[in-house]
Amino acid sequence: MPTTFVTSLFLGAALLVAACGGSAASDRPTLTPVPPLTPSSSPGAEGAPAPKLPTAEGIDVLLCDGKTQVNVPQGTPGTSIAGALMTEWLRKNPNSTWEAEERERHTLQTAADNSALVGQVAGHSYGKITQQDVALWKSETERVAAAGSRVFHTGDELGSTIGVSCDMCHPHAANTHPETYPKFQAQLGRVALLRDMINWCIEHPVRGKALSADDPRMRALEAYILAQRKGKTLEYGKH
Amino acid sequence: MSDVRKRPSVKSIETKHMEERAELFRALKSLDRRSFVKVAAAAFGAAAASGVTPHSFQPVRVAYAQGAPAGGAGKRESFHFAYISDSHLYDRTLNDRFVNALMRAVDDVNAMDPQPDFVFYGGDLAQLGQPKELELGAQILKSVKAPMHFMVGEHDWYLDMGEKWRELFGKPMYSFEHKGAHCVVLNSVVEKDFWTARKMSPMDRMKTVAGLDNGWQSSFTVGDEGRKWLEEDLKKVPAATPLIVFSHSPLYKLYKAWNFWTDDAEQVQALLKRFQNVVVFHGHTHQLLTNRIGNIHFHGFLSTAWPWPYAPQGMPEMTIQMGRPDPFDPQDGCGDGSAMIHPDGLADKVYNLWNRNPVTVSRTYMATRGAKEKPAPPTLKSY
Repeated sequence: MPTTFVTSLFLGAALLVAACGGSAASDRPTLTPVPPLTPSSSPGAEGAPAPKLPTAEGIDVLLCDGKTQVNVPQGTPGTSIAGALMTEWLRKNPNSTWEAEERERHTLQTAADNSALVGQVAGHSYGKITQQDVALWKSETERVAAAGSRVFHTGDELGSTIGVSCDMCHPHAANTHPETYPKFQAQLGRVALLRDMINWCIEHPVRGKALSADDPRMRALEAYILAQRKGKTLEYGKH
Repeated sequence: MSDVRKRPSVKSIETKHMEERAELFRALKSLDRRSFVKVAAAAFGAAAASGVTPHSFQPVRVAYAQGAPAGGAGKRESFHFAYISDSHLYDRTLNDRFVNALMRAVDDVNAMDPQPDFVFYGGDLAQLGQPKELELGAQILKSVKAPMHFMVGEHDWYLDMGEKWRELFGKPMYSFEHKGAHCVVLNSVVEKDFWTARKMSPMDRMKTVAGLDNGWQSSFTVGDEGRKWLEEDLKKVPAATPLIVFSHSPLYKLYKAWNFWTDDAEQVQALLKRFQNVVVFHGHTHQLLTNRIGNIHFHGFLSTAWPWPYAPQGMPEMTIQMGRPDPFDPQDGCGDGSAMIHPDGLADKVYNLWNRNPVTVSRTYMATRGAKEKPAPPTLKSY
């Protein structure tokens, strides 16, 4: 073997973790990749998909996903390597901007803003609440709702066998009334939860397979539907 | 009038019996349970009182009772047309549900007696504008007995920008005269180019437009070209002529986020202002929807595929909503319908809601701004 070696670098932890998350995309400024490195021997952003054979003076750096790899000259600063890895990862994952796209397409409701809590100390779970904390709570919560929006708006993700998606009858989740569940569903002759009705719809008008309660798609759908009815009064049992 | 078509006939007692029977069942089919009991009792009572034999059926006219022909109003005559709209067909092998619904509507209009002068298709025949979907729709609608007129919807248009639709159905904008009324068909689903900048494929573009709540698309318009055509077309039409306009989107501004909206509505309405009476029929909204702006009366078409929820804001005052559709009744909230155009140019609009009582929005209701002949309010309202 030549003198090259493969290194797993642990730098810019947040950056790499985000990249490893696969579907996790973000528009948070901290995650903006720096411009790619373009050493003559590097596969680079626009290079061939398969990594080239390492050159004598370069180092192959492997991302923690075990797949994304770039070749950089020795002595390259860590931040530039991270930037190069991120660029390569984005190139391989063209759908990584899905969340921003989903928000733009389907005007999602925002999660509650907890900025008022910043600076407060609240025991073991919270510690001292920072601006970063509240931003994280918000973005993570909204991401689940956005994932639900994506399932809600595509028959394929929902598993429809007849090309029907939720939004065809419920634009912006209108007429879903999550705030009225549980309620006695006269047509079923028993009390139904929101997820029972979601599954009923999936099995009947959508003609798909019911989802288990802990299916990520079910959790996301519930999150989206509830999010869209922000501000409505809870009135369980209402017809 | 339809007199030309009617021949004097001698019918056998069996034929009469079968006709009456068919008519009764047709009427009963579209009633809910409570009204069914009422009608059945009335039929029985009437039969008993008139002393006819109990096996004679009482014809019950429900939807088309206003169809009395108006005699001698110059050249103008009242006429009756039926509509089918928003079928959103996929290929038959993918989805037979919407196909069956369209065939139910075809059966409905073919069973109308007297037959309507024409059947109007209100747009969105296809779901994703694919040639197979449009061809399937055209094929099914060939079995309509009355002559047909077609209008384009956004679901028919944005895959190939109307190429296949025009090949099958001709121009998207045209006008025709019918019994003294001037009828105009518009293409009101013209959107600004949102796809080039985003480098969308034709299918991406189609799917974006097909999503009612998809904010990437732009608003519907009739557009500069369309309005120019309309202005030109209306030049020769006297103001007293009854004017019937068909547009896929409502020609007013109801709710922008779902394109229950025409962005240049005011400019189009301005072109219609000088006429005494204008009735606009539109598709797209899949619900009972009524509006009046000055001399212009607006009526929506029902969809054969699925009902839309009512918009969370902007609802016109004149609208008496249809009852909340029951998802467990697969075709509830869907249907077809008809309209009787009177010599004065005003319309009685019939919403033939499947599995429910039909609802008539009468010209008197429209002319009196809701003071008279108010349709019954729904029992279970949407919220």
